[in-house]
Amino acid sequence: MEKKIIATTSLAGCFGCHMSILDIDERILDLIELVEFNKSPVDDIKTFTKPVDIGIIEGGCCNSENVEVLRSFRKNCKILISLGECAIMGGLPALRNGIPIEECLNEAYLNGPTVGLNTEHIMPCDDELPMLLDKVYPCHEIVKIDYYLPGCPPRADLIWDALVALLTGSELDLPYEVVKFD
Amino acid sequence: MKDRIFEIISKYNGDSYRLMDILHDIQAVAGYIDHATIALLADKLPLSAAQIEETVSFYHFYSDKPLAKFNIYLNDSVTANMNGRKEVLAAFEAACGIKQGQVTSDGTLGLFPTSCIGMNDQEPAAIINDKVFTRLTPFRVKQIVNGLKHGLSLDDLVVEECGDGKNALPEINSMVCNNIRRKGALLNHDYKLFSVINDILPNTSSDEIIDIVSESNIRGRGGAGFPTGLKWKFGSRAKGEHRYIICNADEGEPGTFKDRVLLTEYPEMVFEGMVTAGYAVGADMGLLYLRYEYKYLLSYLNGVLESMRKNNYLGKNISGIEDFDFDIRIQLGAGAYICGEESALIESLEGKRGEPRDKPPFPVEKGYMNLPTVVNNVETLATVVKIIKNGADWFNKLGNKDSVGTKVLSISGDCRFPGIYEVEWGLKIGDVLDMCGADNVQAIQVGGPSGALIGEKDFHRELSYSDLPTGGSMIVFNKNRNLLTEVVLNFMNFFIEESCGTCSTCRNMPYVLREKLLKVINGRGVKQDIEDMTSWARLLNVSRCGLGQTAANPIVSSIKNFRPLYEALLNHEVEYDSGFNLETSVLESCKVVGRQPIFHHNA
Ligand SMILES: Cc1cc2nc3c(=O)[nH]c(=O)nc-3n(C[C@H](O)[C@H](O)[C@H](O)COP(=O)(O)O)c2cc1C
Ligand code: SF4
Repeated sequence: MEKKIIATTSLAGCFGCHMSILDIDERILDLIELVEFNKSPVDDIKTFTKPVDIGIIEGGCCNSENVEVLRSFRKNCKILISLGECAIMGGLPALRNGIPIEECLNEAYLNGPTVGLNTEHIMPCDDELPMLLDKVYPCHEIVKIDYYLPGCPPRADLIWDALVALLTGSELDLPYEVVKFD
Repeated sequence: MKDRIFEIISKYNGDSYRLMDILHDIQAVAGYIDHATIALLADKLPLSAAQIEETVSFYHFYSDKPLAKFNIYLNDSVTANMNGRKEVLAAFEAACGIKQGQVTSDGTLGLFPTSCIGMNDQEPAAIINDKVFTRLTPFRVKQIVNGLKHGLSLDDLVVEECGDGKNALPEINSMVCNNIRRKGALLNHDYKLFSVINDILPNTSSDEIIDIVSESNIRGRGGAGFPTGLKWKFGSRAKGEHRYIICNADEGEPGTFKDRVLLTEYPEMVFEGMVTAGYAVGADMGLLYLRYEYKYLLSYLNGVLESMRKNNYLGKNISGIEDFDFDIRIQLGAGAYICGEESALIESLEGKRGEPRDKPPFPVEKGYMNLPTVVNNVETLATVVKIIKNGADWFNKLGNKDSVGTKVLSISGDCRFPGIYEVEWGLKIGDVLDMCGADNVQAIQVGGPSGALIGEKDFHRELSYSDLPTGGSMIVFNKNRNLLTEVVLNFMNFFIEESCGTCSTCRNMPYVLREKLLKVINGRGVKQDIEDMTSWARLLNVSRCGLGQTAANPIVSSIKNFRPLYEALLNHEVEYDSGFNLETSVLESCKVVGRQPIFHHNA
């Protein structure tokens, strides 16, 4: 079987889902028998160098760069998977949704208890910086997503089973214990 | 003010489990509960400031900011909107000179939205400083606001019309109406009050009482339908120094208002049911959790309890039964639908945020104060009294095989005779519609937002636990209603507003689904969106409690039964349309930080 190409990225996430990918432990050796990693923090390849079969997205979109990366994943990957709570629903970062953006920025840079060193009351506005979106978006509200793997983070076993199912074309079993919230 | 607060704390003996009452009292004298007050409380109570703030911030009717002298909470339920809420709100805004969510600059009037207040058969309704004003019209609004501005009291303004039945008693003095339109086995006035306590309990063992309840096959009337006899049995067998009976009068499911009517007209029977449960289970304390919206009934209900104490229907050795001691306290809620969920209710009773507990253990084992606790709905407890009086066989003859007995329905919406109807289980939906005078019907919501929205092809189905269960809420919609914008969207807003926020699924998924719904409503929906909504909704099953587990039902059941309404709005030309616009979505943040948006279109 030809090796499938995988790419991964972490957008507005905490890298916890990527940690969970690594939690498949020694099965990662089996995995690299089945797949080749392209753009991904796992191998530190920064740009797409060939067409990718499966793109795995951690995190939702909170700024313009997230949107650009996500769109480039959609363009370069045949299948996109939203991995984990933040990618699927916005997760913890989405707690800011509903609070006016001005209030968020004021709290972060002007009024919060830890902004003492920002004596000049600077708001980050360099053109090099990504621009904040009006709210944090789950990935599917930006591009088409093909599959969703729930969890915070999704368990390593779930990731493993899902990848194997996808790579071998078999059915994925999602028992209640795997997705139960608490 | 400090002294007043200390007085309030000592009134409740510094008992941190009575935090709800302490906060109610402080809010009543100070108008709000700020950080300084919280610090003071933390100092005096065995609680941290964070714990107290958790409770204060959780409930709709506590405020950390000064409110107005008169706070108008205008109901935002589906039926309120169907009956002209928009015009009434506009009239309030014009008369007060403020927008919804604001307080006038002189601090006299505040105007806020609130979730269903249990007045669906007399909407639009508002609560102004604990007084309920029903059937509002723009004309009436002008009168009320003018009256308040000119120093009239709320009582002056209410007395213009009084409700029916006991609503007109001086202790209640409310314009709320019972609208009882059909009486049955429960509501018939064929029962001599307290005859169960007087004549039956002294001659019957507690196990025999539980047997009668079990044999009657009655199931809980609060929604979940658990067999009451079995619940009592579990409660009586569980180990604990004390046991508790809780009467759930939170009645928050939009569209139900039958518990309000039971508490207005039949409070003695409800309390007698609690005493009976206490006797059967071996409890020594009963607690009735009354939703804040029904505070206008509080002193009346306390009066009923007082006279029961005088007659030894409460207290020590009740009805001469040695060692049968039982008393009842009423706990006022503070505005949170989730507190109807029994374990959230118990948390709230203990003075905490109303967050459901993980189960098991269930309340029958570890409930209030971690001791065995039986929680029953108002109607269940009242019905049990008649069962004990008339026997299990009598009850088994009512209703149908799967669901015995009667159910008190709260019917509202597009019908000529909204109100309370007691019917036997097994009644067909079509007959329900005929009964309440509904014509030109497009749909009926059975069991409130967490139930099902059904159309004509299902009108032959029956009310029963196995077919169409209902805690009582029935809302009718005629063919002129836009089900998606007027009904489904309103229900989704309700769940989003009322989620306690513990589970990420329930905190986020209803929001995500609402975005999808809005996308469809706004003409940007594609076929995939419908499939997504149905399949994603299943994820909510993993939530901790019934709120999250049913929060997608408005969407799921309207897709199931009214799919053409969705399809008519879809864009069938494209396969995917996110509806997202990067250019506009960064405008606000760029403005705040002071930069020009730049886009790399080659990305
Ligand atoms: C979100 C939610 C809200 C609820 N609200 C109520 C309510 O207002 N009144 C009620 O009696 N039961 C309500 N329940 C059901 C209670 O948890 C509990 O099952 C019921 O009070 C038990 O009494 P019963 O067996 O007599 O029906 C609610 C459940 C959930 C999940
Ligand atoms: S399902 Fe919703 S309301 Fe229930 S515990 Fe979870 S977050 Fe709270």
